[in-house]
This record gives sequence, structure tokens and C-alpha cells, in this order.
Amino acid sequence: MPDFDDNICQQRTTAPPSQDAEKSTISAVWGRVDINEVGPLALGRVLIVYPWTQRYFGSFGDVSTPAAIMGNPKVAAHGKVVCGALDNAVKNMGNILATYKSLSETHANKLFVDPDNFRVLADVLTIVIAAKFGASFTPEIQATWQKFMKVVVAAMGSRYF
Amino acid sequence: MSLTAKDKSVVKAFWGKVSGKADVVGAEALGRMLTAYPQTKTYFSHWADLSPGSDPVKKHGSTIMGAIGNAVGVIDDLVGGLSALSDLHAFKLRVDPGNFKILSHNILVTLAIHFPRDFTPEVHIAVDKFLAALSAALADKYR
Repeated sequence: MPDFDDNICQQRTTAPPSQDAEKSTISAVWGRVDINEVGPLALGRVLIVYPWTQRYFGSFGDVSTPAAIMGNPKVAAHGKVVCGALDNAVKNMGNILATYKSLSETHANKLFVDPDNFRVLADVLTIVIAAKFGASFTPEIQATWQKFMKVVVAAMGSRYF
Repeated sequence: MSLTAKDKSVVKAFWGKVSGKADVVGAEALGRMLTAYPQTKTYFSHWADLSPGSDPVKKHGSTIMGAIGNAVGVIDDLVGGLSALSDLHAFKLRVDPGNFKILSHNILVTLAIHFPRDFTPEVHIAVDKFLAALSAALADKYR
């Protein structure tokens, strides 16, 4: 079982950033993110762009149009919850697998969420952050951020099987 | 997930805004893909410089975005309109079609950065669907 918190070995032509540099990049990105703004934007965008994800939010009320989704207070509240959990990953970057163990179990055994959705949310969150940051979200920063997201997504799926 | 009339008109309208910056968007999307998904570099081992902003990346990004712009023009028949490009990717380049999704994601990231106000959720879904349909058309001849 691979240790998700190690650098994934890859053939490279240039030196990779050190793990400390990566952690510092991730913290710097997260430090600029307003959870209360980005969470609702990201979750709302997932529900609009991938409408089948609405299957998990039957009790949230009106999600029939993009305007309804972006104005829905339950969607916004849940977006903040999800981003809050990401905050936990940033604060425990050396230990994401263990940090997300019970969250993964909950999503697998109680919420019955298809784990592919974690990857979908990660990709949309990256797009929302890119829109906010503009050109300062450089290719190198995107690469490191997405590597972190990959670890988070794997940790969220880790208790499914 | 076929393109509705609304999807097509949203894509055409948005592409009208993008086309002025197409070269920049293409180069940047390709550079982001090569950086964030290093396994894609395996297709470009013949380039001297794979860094974002390098000459081969700029040139090839421009080629790709030009082809995507053409695809907007044949949006009513992507399979027919992209037939020659599909032959190229299937038999000569032999790019694993899983990579089309990866490039599409990086195009979306780049569009979000350059058009933060125009790249609304409604535009995002239409463009995402279009790129998926384009990718399927590009893979049409693979087997």
C-alpha cells in the first residue's frame, strides 16, 4: 500500500520541488482562499456542470436552475463544510490519510457517495481558485496544488475498499 | 451527452471572445498540462524545451487552439469535421485518448484565468461538454 504522503516517484528532466517547498506552496495557496466564498462557488459549480451530482442533495430544496443552485443557502452552507474539511488536510499535510479516515468511512458507508465525485470536486475547486487568483496561479503552483488534491482525493477514497 | 442547441450557441458566443487570445490560451493550457501532468511529456520527447512559454510549446499550443476553433465551426458534425485529425491521432501520433480529458481540464483552468467573468458555470458546462464531444470525435478512428 503506497504511502500517500511521500512524493510520487517520477522520471523528470528538471529537479522537483522539495517536499517542504510543496507544503509551503500549498499553504500559501490555501491562505489566500476565503472558505466562505470559494466553498459555495465550487460546490455550486459542481452541481451545475455535473448535474447528476444533485442526487446527493435531494433534501437541499430548489436546485433546478443555475441561479437556484447558486442562491441556495443549503448548497452554500455545505460548500463551507466541505472547504472546512480541506482546511484540516492543509493543517495536517504530513498525515492526510489518517486525518481523513473517518470522513472516508462516512462517505462510503453512510452517505454512499461515488468516490469519483471527489476528483470532480477537486478539479472544479482548482478551476474556481484559478479564476480568483488569475495569472498568479502559475503552472508550477497548479501542479503542486493538484498533487495535494490528488492525495486528498485518494485519502477520501481510501476506506471504500 | 450530446450538445443541445443552447450548448452550441453558448460555445460559439464564448469562443467569439476567446478567439482573440487563442494563441495565448493554447500555449498556456499546453504548458500547464506538461507541468501539472508530467506523464504527458512522454509525447514530446523530441522537443528541446518543454517549459511553459518555450517556443515549441507556444507553437504547438497555437496549433491546438486553431484546431479547436475550427471544431467550433463544425460543431454540428464533429465526427465528420475532425475525421482527418482523428486519423492523425489514431494512426500516426497514437496519443492515448485518456489524455484528451487531461488537456481539456487544463484548457478550462486557462479559460477561467483569462476570462474570470465570462467563464460562468453556464459557459463552463457548455464548454466542458463541447471538449468532451470533441475528444470523442478525435478518438473516433482509434479502433
